[in-house]
Amino acid sequence: MAQLSMTVNGAAVRADVEDRTLLVHFLRDHLRLTGTHVGCDTSQCGACVVHVGGRAVKSCTIFAVQVDGEDVVTIEGVAPQGGLHPVQAAFQEHHGLQCGFCTPGMIMTAIDMLKRHKRPDEATIKRELEGNLCRCTGYLNIVKAIQAAASAS
Amino acid sequence: MYTASFRYLRAASLAEAEALFMKTADARYIAGGQTLIPTMKQRLAAPAALIDVSRIAALSFIRRDRETVVIGSGTRHADVAASPDVRAAMPALVHLAGVIGDPAVRHKGTLGGSVANNDPAADYPAAVLALGATVRTTRRTIKADEFFTGLFQTALADGELISEIAFPIPRHAGYAKFPHPASRYALVGVFVAQFEGGVRVAVTGAAPCVFRAAEMERALSASFTPDSVARVTVSPDALNSDLFGSAEYRAHVVTVMAKRAVAAARS
Repeated sequence: MAQLSMTVNGAAVRADVEDRTLLVHFLRDHLRLTGTHVGCDTSQCGACVVHVGGRAVKSCTIFAVQVDGEDVVTIEGVAPQGGLHPVQAAFQEHHGLQCGFCTPGMIMTAIDMLKRHKRPDEATIKRELEGNLCRCTGYLNIVKAIQAAASAS
Repeated sequence: MYTASFRYLRAASLAEAEALFMKTADARYIAGGQTLIPTMKQRLAAPAALIDVSRIAALSFIRRDRETVVIGSGTRHADVAASPDVRAAMPALVHLAGVIGDPAVRHKGTLGGSVANNDPAADYPAAVLALGATVRTTRRTIKADEFFTGLFQTALADGELISEIAFPIPRHAGYAKFPHPASRYALVGVFVAQFEGGVRVAVTGAAPCVFRAAEMERALSASFTPDSVARVTVSPDALNSDLFGSAEYRAHVVTVMAKRAVAAARS
Protein backbone atom coordinates (compact mmCIF):
# COMPACT_ATOMS: atom_id res chain seq x y z
CA MET A 1 0.00 0.00 0.00
CA ALA A 2 1.05 3.54 -0.66
CA GLN A 3 0.05 6.68 1.16
CA LEU A 4 -0.70 9.36 -1.38
CA SER A 5 -1.09 13.05 -1.05
CA MET A 6 -1.69 15.24 -4.04
CA THR A 7 -3.75 18.17 -5.20
CA VAL A 8 -6.74 17.30 -7.37
CA ASN A 9 -8.66 20.19 -8.92
CA GLY A 10 -7.21 22.53 -6.33
CA ALA A 11 -8.11 20.45 -3.28
CA ALA A 12 -5.64 18.49 -1.16
CA VAL A 13 -6.31 14.76 -1.32
CA ARG A 14 -4.91 12.00 0.89
CA ALA A 15 -5.52 8.30 0.39
CA ASP A 16 -4.09 4.82 0.88
CA VAL A 17 -4.04 2.83 -2.34
CA GLU A 18 -2.40 -0.29 -3.65
CA ASP A 19 0.83 0.48 -5.46
CA ARG A 20 -0.65 -0.94 -8.66
CA THR A 21 -3.64 1.42 -8.76
CA LEU A 22 -3.70 3.34 -12.03
CA LEU A 23 -4.31 7.06 -11.78
CA VAL A 24 -7.55 6.76 -13.77
CA HIS A 25 -8.94 4.23 -11.28
CA PHE A 26 -7.83 6.36 -8.37
CA LEU A 27 -9.70 9.32 -9.82
CA ARG A 28 -12.82 7.37 -10.75
CA ASP A 29 -13.15 4.77 -8.00
CA HIS A 30 -11.58 6.47 -5.00
CA LEU A 31 -12.39 10.13 -5.66
CA ARG A 32 -15.57 9.47 -7.69
CA LEU A 33 -14.39 11.85 -10.39
CA THR A 34 -16.00 9.87 -13.18
CA GLY A 35 -15.64 12.52 -15.86
CA THR A 36 -12.29 10.97 -16.76
CA HIS A 37 -13.18 8.00 -18.94
CA VAL A 38 -11.61 4.64 -19.64
CA GLY A 39 -11.89 3.98 -23.35
CA CYS A 40 -9.38 1.70 -25.03
CA ASP A 41 -7.30 1.13 -21.90
CA THR A 42 -4.25 0.67 -24.13
CA SER A 43 -2.86 4.25 -24.20
CA GLN A 44 -4.30 4.96 -27.62
CA CYS A 45 -7.73 6.62 -27.36
CA GLY A 46 -7.10 9.53 -24.99
CA ALA A 47 -10.48 9.40 -23.20
CA CYS A 48 -8.54 9.34 -19.90
CA VAL A 49 -6.39 12.44 -20.49
CA VAL A 50 -5.86 14.60 -17.40
CA HIS A 51 -3.23 17.21 -16.53
CA VAL A 52 -0.41 16.37 -14.15
CA GLY A 53 1.89 19.26 -13.28
CA GLY A 54 0.26 21.27 -16.05
CA ARG A 55 0.85 18.71 -18.81
CA ALA A 56 -1.60 16.36 -20.52
CA VAL A 57 -1.01 12.69 -19.70
CA LYS A 58 -2.96 9.48 -20.19
CA SER A 59 -4.19 8.53 -16.72
CA CYS A 60 -4.58 4.88 -17.75
CA THR A 61 -0.83 4.76 -18.34
CA ILE A 62 0.49 6.06 -15.04
CA PHE A 63 0.22 4.66 -11.53
CA ALA A 64 -1.39 6.90 -8.92
CA VAL A 65 1.66 6.48 -6.71
CA GLN A 66 3.84 8.05 -9.42
CA VAL A 67 1.75 11.22 -9.12
CA ASP A 68 2.28 11.54 -5.37
CA GLY A 69 2.81 15.19 -4.45
CA GLU A 70 1.74 16.46 -7.87
CA ASP A 71 -0.96 18.83 -9.01
CA VAL A 72 -3.69 17.02 -10.96
CA VAL A 73 -6.50 18.64 -12.94
CA THR A 74 -9.38 16.64 -14.40
CA ILE A 75 -12.31 17.68 -16.58
CA GLU A 76 -14.24 18.44 -13.36
CA GLY A 77 -11.67 21.08 -12.47
CA VAL A 78 -11.34 23.19 -15.60
CA ALA A 79 -14.44 25.38 -15.41
CA PRO A 80 -15.11 28.29 -13.07
CA GLN A 81 -17.91 27.72 -10.56
CA GLY A 82 -21.22 27.43 -12.40
CA GLY A 83 -19.72 28.16 -15.80
CA LEU A 84 -17.82 26.57 -18.64
CA HIS A 85 -14.18 26.70 -19.64
CA PRO A 86 -13.83 28.54 -22.99
CA VAL A 87 -12.91 25.24 -24.66
CA GLN A 88 -16.03 23.58 -23.20
CA ALA A 89 -18.13 26.51 -24.39
CA ALA A 90 -16.64 26.20 -27.88
CA PHE A 91 -17.38 22.45 -28.00
CA GLN A 92 -20.98 23.23 -27.05
CA GLU A 93 -21.30 26.05 -29.56
CA HIS A 94 -19.76 24.11 -32.47
CA HIS A 95 -21.30 20.74 -31.65
CA GLY A 96 -17.88 19.26 -30.96
CA LEU A 97 -19.40 16.10 -29.53
CA GLN A 98 -21.84 13.43 -30.55
CA CYS A 99 -22.06 10.63 -27.97
CA GLY A 100 -19.72 12.57 -25.69
CA PHE A 101 -17.60 9.67 -24.49
CA CYS A 102 -14.32 11.04 -25.85
CA THR A 103 -15.17 14.64 -24.94
CA PRO A 104 -13.45 14.95 -21.53
CA GLY A 105 -10.20 13.69 -23.04
CA MET A 106 -10.62 15.87 -26.11
CA ILE A 107 -11.13 18.96 -23.97
CA MET A 108 -8.19 18.20 -21.67
CA THR A 109 -6.00 17.64 -24.74
CA ALA A 110 -7.30 20.82 -26.38
CA ILE A 111 -6.58 22.94 -23.29
CA ASP A 112 -3.04 21.52 -23.17
CA MET A 113 -2.61 22.13 -26.90
CA LEU A 114 -3.70 25.76 -26.64
CA LYS A 115 -1.10 26.37 -23.93
CA ARG A 116 1.61 25.40 -26.41
CA HIS A 117 0.04 26.75 -29.62
CA LYS A 118 -1.68 30.11 -29.33
CA ARG A 119 -3.27 30.10 -32.80
CA PRO A 120 -2.97 26.55 -34.14
CA ASP A 121 -3.89 25.98 -37.77
CA GLU A 122 -6.02 23.03 -38.82
CA ALA A 123 -3.02 20.80 -39.55
CA THR A 124 -1.50 21.51 -36.13
CA ILE A 125 -4.78 20.75 -34.36
CA LYS A 126 -5.14 17.46 -36.21
CA ARG A 127 -1.56 16.48 -35.42
CA GLU A 128 -2.03 17.40 -31.76
CA LEU A 129 -5.19 15.26 -31.63
CA GLU A 130 -3.35 12.13 -32.76
CA GLY A 131 -3.69 10.61 -29.31
CA ASN A 132 -7.46 11.13 -29.05
CA LEU A 133 -9.95 8.95 -30.87
CA CYS A 134 -13.62 9.78 -31.49
CA ARG A 135 -15.53 6.68 -32.50
CA CYS A 136 -18.41 8.85 -33.74
CA THR A 137 -15.76 10.31 -36.09
CA GLY A 138 -16.90 13.78 -35.13
CA TYR A 139 -13.49 15.27 -35.81
CA LEU A 140 -14.56 18.13 -38.09
CA ASN A 141 -16.51 19.89 -35.38
CA ILE A 142 -13.92 19.08 -32.74
CA VAL A 143 -11.29 20.82 -34.86
CA LYS A 144 -13.68 23.71 -35.50
CA ALA A 145 -14.38 24.05 -31.76
CA ILE A 146 -10.69 24.15 -30.91
CA GLN A 147 -10.04 26.76 -33.59
CA ALA A 148 -12.92 28.84 -32.22
CA ALA A 149 -11.64 28.52 -28.65
CA ALA A 150 -8.18 29.63 -29.81
CA SER A 151 -9.44 32.73 -31.53
CA ALA A 152 -11.78 33.57 -28.62
CA SER A 153 -8.94 33.61 -26.10
CA MET B 1 -6.61 -3.98 -11.11
CA TYR B 2 -4.92 -5.00 -14.28
CA THR B 3 -1.31 -5.39 -13.34
CA ALA B 4 0.05 -7.96 -10.94
CA SER B 5 0.96 -6.66 -7.50
CA PHE B 6 4.32 -5.00 -7.12
CA ARG B 7 6.21 -2.85 -4.67
CA TYR B 8 6.83 0.73 -5.74
CA LEU B 9 10.14 2.27 -4.80
CA ARG B 10 11.38 5.72 -5.73
CA ALA B 11 15.03 6.60 -6.25
CA ALA B 12 16.39 10.10 -5.70
CA SER B 13 19.71 9.44 -7.44
CA LEU B 14 21.29 6.98 -9.86
CA ALA B 15 23.36 5.51 -7.02
CA GLU B 16 20.24 4.95 -4.94
CA ALA B 17 18.45 3.40 -7.90
CA GLU B 18 21.24 0.89 -8.49
CA ALA B 19 21.48 0.10 -4.78
CA LEU B 20 17.73 -0.52 -4.62
CA PHE B 21 17.95 -2.71 -7.70
CA MET B 22 20.72 -4.83 -6.20
CA LYS B 23 18.84 -5.56 -3.00
CA THR B 24 15.38 -6.07 -4.54
CA ALA B 25 14.44 -9.33 -6.19
CA ASP B 26 12.84 -9.18 -9.64
CA ALA B 27 12.89 -5.40 -9.85
CA ARG B 28 12.53 -3.22 -12.94
CA TYR B 29 13.26 0.42 -13.44
CA ILE B 30 10.43 2.66 -14.54
CA ALA B 31 10.95 6.08 -16.13
CA GLY B 32 8.07 7.41 -18.25
CA GLY B 33 6.36 4.03 -18.16
CA GLN B 34 4.69 4.52 -21.53
CA THR B 35 5.78 1.08 -22.71
CA LEU B 36 6.26 -0.73 -19.41
CA ILE B 37 2.84 0.08 -17.96
CA PRO B 38 0.86 -1.12 -21.03
CA THR B 39 3.04 -4.25 -20.99
CA MET B 40 2.28 -4.81 -17.30
CA LYS B 41 -1.45 -4.21 -17.90
CA GLN B 42 -1.41 -7.01 -20.42
CA ARG B 43 0.55 -9.07 -17.89
CA LEU B 44 3.32 -9.59 -20.38
CA ALA B 45 5.52 -8.24 -17.59
CA ALA B 46 4.95 -8.72 -13.87
CA PRO B 47 7.97 -7.46 -11.94
CA ALA B 48 7.86 -7.82 -8.16
CA ALA B 49 9.08 -4.25 -7.74
CA LEU B 50 9.29 -1.04 -9.72
CA ILE B 51 12.08 1.42 -9.05
CA ASP B 52 10.98 4.84 -10.25
CA VAL B 53 13.86 6.86 -11.68
CA SER B 54 11.67 9.54 -13.25
CA ARG B 55 12.18 12.05 -10.45
CA ILE B 56 15.96 12.11 -10.62
CA ALA B 57 16.19 15.73 -11.72
CA ALA B 58 19.84 15.41 -12.77
CA LEU B 59 18.83 13.04 -15.58
CA SER B 60 16.73 15.63 -17.37
CA PHE B 61 18.89 18.00 -19.41
CA ILE B 62 19.97 18.94 -22.91
CA ARG B 63 23.52 20.18 -23.41
CA ARG B 64 25.08 21.29 -26.65
CA ASP B 65 28.82 20.88 -26.96
CA ARG B 66 30.91 21.76 -30.00
CA GLU B 67 30.49 18.47 -31.79
CA THR B 68 27.73 16.72 -29.87
CA VAL B 69 24.33 17.19 -28.33
CA VAL B 70 24.17 15.40 -24.99
CA ILE B 71 20.73 14.52 -23.67
CA GLY B 72 20.01 13.19 -20.18
CA SER B 73 18.27 9.83 -20.13
CA GLY B 74 15.33 11.20 -18.13
CA THR B 75 14.56 13.91 -20.70
CA ARG B 76 10.99 13.69 -21.97
CA HIS B 77 10.27 13.41 -25.67
CA ALA B 78 8.24 16.64 -25.50
CA ASP B 79 11.28 18.51 -24.15
CA VAL B 80 13.55 17.25 -26.93
CA ALA B 81 10.86 18.12 -29.49
CA ALA B 82 10.66 21.67 -28.11
CA SER B 83 14.40 22.27 -27.65
CA PRO B 84 15.88 25.17 -29.67
CA ASP B 85 19.40 23.77 -29.04
CA VAL B 86 18.57 20.40 -30.54
CA ARG B 87 16.68 22.05 -33.39
CA ALA B 88 19.70 24.17 -34.28
CA ALA B 89 22.10 21.22 -34.18
CA MET B 90 20.03 18.39 -35.63
CA PRO B 91 16.45 19.21 -36.61
CA ALA B 92 15.92 15.56 -37.54
CA LEU B 93 16.09 14.59 -33.86
CA VAL B 94 13.51 17.25 -32.97
CA HIS B 95 11.28 15.85 -35.72
CA LEU B 96 11.76 12.29 -34.47
CA ALA B 97 10.98 13.19 -30.85
CA GLY B 98 7.87 15.03 -32.04
CA VAL B 99 6.41 12.03 -33.86
CA ILE B 100 6.77 9.53 -31.02
CA GLY B 101 3.35 8.40 -29.81
CA ASP B 102 1.15 11.43 -29.23
CA PRO B 103 1.43 14.61 -27.12
CA ALA B 104 0.38 12.89 -23.86
CA VAL B 105 2.82 10.03 -24.41
CA ARG B 106 5.59 12.53 -25.22
CA HIS B 107 4.95 14.30 -21.91
CA LYS B 108 5.90 11.14 -20.02
CA GLY B 109 8.15 9.00 -22.21
CA THR B 110 11.91 9.41 -21.84
CA LEU B 111 14.94 9.00 -24.09
CA GLY B 112 16.61 6.53 -21.74
CA GLY B 113 13.49 4.45 -21.32
CA SER B 114 12.96 4.14 -25.05
CA VAL B 115 16.56 3.22 -25.77
CA ALA B 116 16.93 0.80 -22.85
CA ASN B 117 13.71 -0.97 -23.80
CA ASN B 118 14.79 -1.31 -27.46
CA ASP B 119 11.30 -1.96 -28.76
CA PRO B 120 11.69 -3.08 -32.37
CA ALA B 121 9.24 -0.35 -33.44
CA ALA B 122 10.56 2.48 -31.25
CA ASP B 123 11.85 5.66 -32.92
CA TYR B 124 14.85 6.67 -30.83
CA PRO B 125 16.98 3.58 -31.51
CA ALA B 126 17.06 4.61 -35.19
CA ALA B 127 18.55 8.01 -34.27
CA VAL B 128 21.02 6.56 -31.77
CA LEU B 129 22.29 4.04 -34.32
CA ALA B 130 22.30 6.28 -37.41
CA LEU B 131 24.03 9.14 -35.59
CA GLY B 132 26.57 6.75 -34.08
CA ALA B 133 25.72 8.04 -30.62
CA THR B 134 27.49 7.09 -27.42
CA VAL B 135 25.38 5.68 -24.60
CA ARG B 136 26.77 6.59 -21.19
CA THR B 137 25.62 4.43 -18.30
CA THR B 138 26.21 4.21 -14.58
CA ARG B 139 29.15 1.92 -15.34
CA ARG B 140 30.68 2.69 -18.75
CA THR B 141 30.15 4.08 -22.23
CA ILE B 142 28.75 1.94 -25.02
CA LYS B 143 28.92 2.71 -28.74
CA ALA B 144 25.60 2.60 -30.57
CA ASP B 145 26.91 -0.14 -32.89
CA GLU B 146 27.40 -2.38 -29.86
CA PHE B 147 24.32 -1.32 -27.90
CA PHE B 148 21.30 -2.83 -29.67
CA THR B 149 21.73 -6.60 -29.60
CA GLY B 150 18.33 -8.08 -30.44
CA LEU B 151 14.59 -8.05 -29.84
CA PHE B 152 14.14 -5.94 -26.66
CA GLN B 153 17.80 -6.76 -25.94
CA THR B 154 20.66 -4.35 -25.32
CA ALA B 155 24.22 -4.46 -24.06
CA LEU B 156 23.03 -3.15 -20.67
CA ALA B 157 23.84 -5.46 -17.78
CA ASP B 158 21.34 -6.22 -15.03
CA GLY B 159 20.76 -3.08 -13.01
CA GLU B 160 22.84 -0.85 -15.29
CA LEU B 161 21.15 2.49 -16.03
CA ILE B 162 21.62 4.89 -18.93
CA SER B 163 22.63 8.33 -17.64
CA GLU B 164 22.96 10.25 -20.91
CA ILE B 165 23.38 9.85 -24.64
CA ALA B 166 25.82 11.89 -26.72
CA PHE B 167 24.73 12.45 -30.33
CA PRO B 168 27.44 13.59 -32.78
CA ILE B 169 26.17 16.55 -34.80
CA PRO B 170 25.82 15.47 -38.44
CA ARG B 171 26.19 17.62 -41.54
CA HIS B 172 22.65 16.67 -42.51
CA ALA B 173 20.16 14.18 -41.11
CA GLY B 174 16.58 13.16 -41.75
CA TYR B 175 14.01 10.81 -40.29
CA ALA B 176 10.94 9.46 -42.05
CA LYS B 177 8.48 7.05 -40.53
CA PHE B 178 5.38 5.24 -41.60
CA PRO B 179 3.43 5.15 -38.34
CA HIS B 180 0.99 2.50 -37.25
CA PRO B 181 -2.25 4.52 -37.42
CA ALA B 182 -3.41 3.74 -33.87
CA SER B 183 -0.28 3.23 -31.77
CA ARG B 184 1.94 5.65 -33.77
CA TYR B 185 4.80 3.17 -33.42
CA ALA B 186 6.94 2.87 -36.53
CA LEU B 187 5.74 0.26 -38.97
CA VAL B 188 8.96 1.35 -40.66
CA GLY B 189 11.20 4.26 -39.73
CA VAL B 190 14.45 5.25 -41.46
CA PHE B 191 17.02 7.69 -40.07
CA VAL B 192 19.79 8.89 -42.38
CA ALA B 193 22.78 10.89 -41.15
CA GLN B 194 25.49 12.41 -43.31
CA PHE B 195 28.89 13.01 -41.73
CA GLU B 196 32.15 14.11 -43.26
CA GLY B 197 33.27 10.50 -43.28
CA GLY B 198 30.14 9.04 -44.88
CA VAL B 199 26.48 8.32 -44.42
CA ARG B 200 24.86 6.08 -41.81
CA VAL B 201 21.36 4.66 -42.27
CA ALA B 202 19.37 2.96 -39.51
CA VAL B 203 16.04 1.19 -39.94
CA THR B 204 13.53 0.64 -37.14
CA GLY B 205 10.13 -1.08 -37.10
CA ALA B 206 10.97 -3.42 -39.94
CA ALA B 207 12.92 -6.15 -38.16
CA PRO B 208 13.17 -7.63 -34.64
CA CYS B 209 15.88 -5.07 -33.88
CA VAL B 210 17.00 -1.74 -35.33
CA PHE B 211 19.69 -2.30 -37.98
CA ARG B 212 21.98 -0.44 -40.37
CA ALA B 213 21.33 -0.68 -44.11
CA ALA B 214 24.85 -1.09 -45.52
CA GLU B 215 23.96 -0.92 -49.21
CA MET B 216 21.99 2.27 -48.66
CA GLU B 217 24.92 3.74 -46.75
CA ARG B 218 27.24 3.00 -49.69
CA ALA B 219 24.84 4.49 -52.22
CA LEU B 220 24.23 7.61 -50.13
CA SER B 221 27.90 8.10 -49.32
CA ALA B 222 28.52 8.24 -53.08
CA SER B 223 25.58 10.56 -53.74
CA PHE B 224 23.34 11.95 -51.01
CA THR B 225 20.12 12.16 -53.04
CA PRO B 226 16.75 10.39 -52.81
CA ASP B 227 17.36 8.97 -56.29
CA SER B 228 20.49 7.16 -55.24
CA VAL B 229 18.52 4.92 -52.84
CA ALA B 230 15.44 4.62 -55.04
CA ARG B 231 16.54 1.27 -56.37
CA VAL B 232 18.33 -0.01 -53.28
CA THR B 233 16.25 -2.54 -51.36
CA VAL B 234 16.72 -4.48 -48.17
CA SER B 235 16.06 -8.21 -48.17
CA PRO B 236 12.68 -9.17 -46.68
CA ASP B 237 14.19 -12.40 -45.34
CA ALA B 238 14.81 -11.25 -41.78
CA LEU B 239 12.00 -8.66 -41.61
CA ASN B 240 8.85 -8.73 -39.49
CA SER B 241 5.61 -10.00 -40.92
CA ASP B 242 2.35 -9.36 -39.07
CA LEU B 243 -1.25 -8.23 -39.36
CA PHE B 244 -0.12 -4.74 -40.34
CA GLY B 245 2.39 -5.57 -43.05
CA SER B 246 4.19 -8.49 -44.64
CA ALA B 247 7.98 -8.67 -44.74
CA GLU B 248 7.89 -7.86 -48.47
CA TYR B 249 5.71 -4.82 -47.81
CA ARG B 250 8.02 -3.61 -45.06
CA ALA B 251 11.06 -4.07 -47.33
CA HIS B 252 9.35 -1.87 -49.93
CA VAL B 253 8.47 0.77 -47.34
CA VAL B 254 12.10 0.88 -46.11
CA THR B 255 13.17 2.18 -49.52
CA VAL B 256 10.30 4.67 -49.64
CA MET B 257 11.11 5.97 -46.14
CA ALA B 258 14.83 6.14 -46.97
CA LYS B 259 14.06 8.37 -49.96
CA ARG B 260 11.87 10.61 -47.81
CA ALA B 261 14.47 10.77 -45.04
CA VAL B 262 17.14 11.88 -47.51
CA ALA B 263 14.77 14.46 -49.00
CA ALA B 264 14.04 15.75 -45.47
CA ALA B 265 17.76 15.88 -44.67
CA ARG B 266 18.45 17.98 -47.77
CA SER B 267 15.56 20.41 -47.26
